[in-house]
Amino acid sequence: MSGTAHHHDNDFLFKYIFSTDHKMIAKQFFITGSLMGLVGMLMSLIFRLQLGYPGESFPILESFMGNWAPDGVLTADKYLALVTLHGTIMVFFLLTAGLSGTFSNLLIPLQLGARDMASGFMNMLSYWIFFISCCIMMASLFVEGGPASGGWTIYPPLSALPEAIPGSGMGMTLWLISMALFIVSQLLAGINYIVTVLNLRTKGMTMTRMPLTIWAFLVTAILGLISFPVLLAAALLLIMDRSFGTSFYLSDIYIAGKALEVDGGSPILYEHLFWFLGHPEVYIILLPALGITSEIVATSSRKPIFGYRAMIGSILAIGFISFLVWGHHMFVTGMNPFLGAVFTFTTLLVAIPSAVKVFNYLTTLWKGNIIYTPGMLFAIGLVSTFITGGLTGIILGDSALDINVHDTYFVVGHFHIVMGLSGTFGMIAGIYHWFPKMYGRMMNKGLGYAHFWLTIIGAYGVFFPMHFLGLAGVPRRYYANTEFPMFDNMYDINELITLFAILAVAAQGLFIFNVFYSMYKGPKAPQNPWRSNTLEWTTPVEHIHGNWPGEIPEVHRWPYDYSKPGADDDFIPQTVPLAEGEKDEGH
Amino acid sequence: MAGHSPSVDTKTLWGGGISPFNLSYGKIMMWFFLVSDALTFTGFLLSYGFMRHRFAEVWPVAEEVFTHFPFMHGDHPLLYVALMTFILIMSSVTMVLAVEAGQRMNKKGVVLWMALTIVGGLIFVGSQAWEWYHFIHGTELGALQLADGTIAQWMSDAKDALVLPTGVEVTGAEAAALIQSGTEVYGANLTVNEYGLPLFADFFFFITGFHGTHVFSGVVLNFIIFVNVLKGTYEKRGHYEMVEKVGLYWHFVDLVWVFVFTFFYLV
Repeated sequence: MSGTAHHHDNDFLFKYIFSTDHKMIAKQFFITGSLMGLVGMLMSLIFRLQLGYPGESFPILESFMGNWAPDGVLTADKYLALVTLHGTIMVFFLLTAGLSGTFSNLLIPLQLGARDMASGFMNMLSYWIFFISCCIMMASLFVEGGPASGGWTIYPPLSALPEAIPGSGMGMTLWLISMALFIVSQLLAGINYIVTVLNLRTKGMTMTRMPLTIWAFLVTAILGLISFPVLLAAALLLIMDRSFGTSFYLSDIYIAGKALEVDGGSPILYEHLFWFLGHPEVYIILLPALGITSEIVATSSRKPIFGYRAMIGSILAIGFISFLVWGHHMFVTGMNPFLGAVFTFTTLLVAIPSAVKVFNYLTTLWKGNIIYTPGMLFAIGLVSTFITGGLTGIILGDSALDINVHDTYFVVGHFHIVMGLSGTFGMIAGIYHWFPKMYGRMMNKGLGYAHFWLTIIGAYGVFFPMHFLGLAGVPRRYYANTEFPMFDNMYDINELITLFAILAVAAQGLFIFNVFYSMYKGPKAPQNPWRSNTLEWTTPVEHIHGNWPGEIPEVHRWPYDYSKPGADDDFIPQTVPLAEGEKDEGH
Repeated sequence: MAGHSPSVDTKTLWGGGISPFNLSYGKIMMWFFLVSDALTFTGFLLSYGFMRHRFAEVWPVAEEVFTHFPFMHGDHPLLYVALMTFILIMSSVTMVLAVEAGQRMNKKGVVLWMALTIVGGLIFVGSQAWEWYHFIHGTELGALQLADGTIAQWMSDAKDALVLPTGVEVTGAEAAALIQSGTEVYGANLTVNEYGLPLFADFFFFITGFHGTHVFSGVVLNFIIFVNVLKGTYEKRGHYEMVEKVGLYWHFVDLVWVFVFTFFYLV
């Protein structure tokens, strides 16, 4: 297929654009997801400016946002639009598709010893549908009325009545179309991940010899497969309400003092359907990040992961329990207190497998020969944020305590730390760790360290004070609190948060520079830069189609034989056969 | 099938290098797709249950709504939908026979049974259209929409007495006043439903419509595969696995209907 210039064009098209190779698709997900994440992050910076300096003029805003920020002050409805899109983009586009799309695609075939995904074509389709979905979400920024503004949860009636607020019109329609495509893309990707894990493991790769990353990706894909269709159901009913005059979610609505025709439905129904997706979604974000952390913590501590089977069990337990807890998002909807108690119970149950994971990370690190690579630092950062955010989760999971801080900044602080920071830290850790595998070059360590410290200080600086705001009663989603005298003494905290936000966002510039600089100018990666056991480091540094030039390697042991007593080296790759009398920790 | 070799132990089966279920990736994908699709239907049926529970006292009774039967007069509660259900289930039986014929590489058998499956599917979709038509069209008598938007049924053809949604009967001058302020309605659509709550109609149209779309796409898929069977594509390929895959989808659509039928018509 080579030779003439004409053919060369085709090669480019099929190598970089319409590729069915999982490694290329992983990179496509990485770049697209991260770009979306960058947009979402910049959005948060803009509305943080408003919150830190309410009503103050920043002429630069007007220069690129036009009438969204007349005289340099962000308008209230566009503030809501930015908050909504920030949430949507970060939760779905960066931390669901970006995170799973990058690492499931990259690592499932490589760590399992498969030539490619089960269906390369469907994998490509999944990326391209995701790409279109991104384009539509971005396009909603430019339509009349602006993008969806009812919060990322798009509760009716704001989402169901096109005339409710400016963002409920075209912007909301595009949001729904974009999300419908997103769900299709996730479905295609998810069944591919699951089937690849089940069917295409290499010889000797039993389920209990799989790296924990793969376990996490597998359970994540199953969660997505079960929860996203319910969101699809919710969205379809919403579309019926918006466009065809049904009233599944609408009841007794007045707009401008006039009663609407709609009657008989219930917005609470939507909340149930949404959170049935919404809560597993948290673990769709967290589990891959935790899986990546398990891998990096073990590799960079030069110790076997503590409690491998307990880790698998806790992943499965978290996955299962995540479907039983959605009610804890709805404690203030007039829920029967008994039901509230049930949801409190199931919610607090999640703390057990989560604590098992944290305990195992800490015991793996304990007395380990820790190598502080940037990836390791971010993995440890994840353990930290997972603990900090998890602790406030116990408070919020209790229905009696939740009512006091519901819809305040306490909640914002909690979920940003436990889900947002943990998810992004896991993703960034994964990028530092597997960059040599993705691009065949090493990332710059010094920049990585600076990036880590600035990020973790900035991030905690942003989200930790939010707990105090929340305990003082400051409600989330408000454009400004200037009208409430009781919040007058909160200005300083808000300003501080905004300053830290600027720091944290600026720090990501280092990362972006590091990624692109290292992609072209970084030192060439050695075969196995982290001296790791897993199969992906046995493939050639230069990507080839089919991953291994000859036979697929056979696996003889579990992936965590680090510092094994009696061994010559401090790591024994999975491909090394068991010695006489040696016991395999997996199966 | 794993069952063919009973000596295989689970350890080697899950040890990698082979498919533990001894299934092709495509068939497993179909299974997982069906899991996902089942959850979408679950979402709808649970929403339906949620709302029906909320309005349990005034929810219309399906036996009083679906009483028509083609070419027959009088009340035949649920008779037609029972026939439709029977036809759909029979089409599942013919699909099983088509798959079985495929496993024996019997092309003629596959053609016959698939053709019958397609016919069964088409009859079902057509019946659903008929059912929708009569639901939209309503009864000759109609009902009265009161000023507050609720629906009261006529007590007789004379249209001078009413039964309120709560079951209270109203006659004489009181009824006349209600008739004066209300409007007569016929049939059901997404906003008004002569049989009672509009939500009943909303859910009926949406869930049976969503299911009908599935049946219709199933018929289209079956037809495509049928054409391939006629052309001998699978004979050349040496197996009729595609027939099995669309078969899985077809059985799933049938199974969903059993639930829709149970929750919408019977319960």
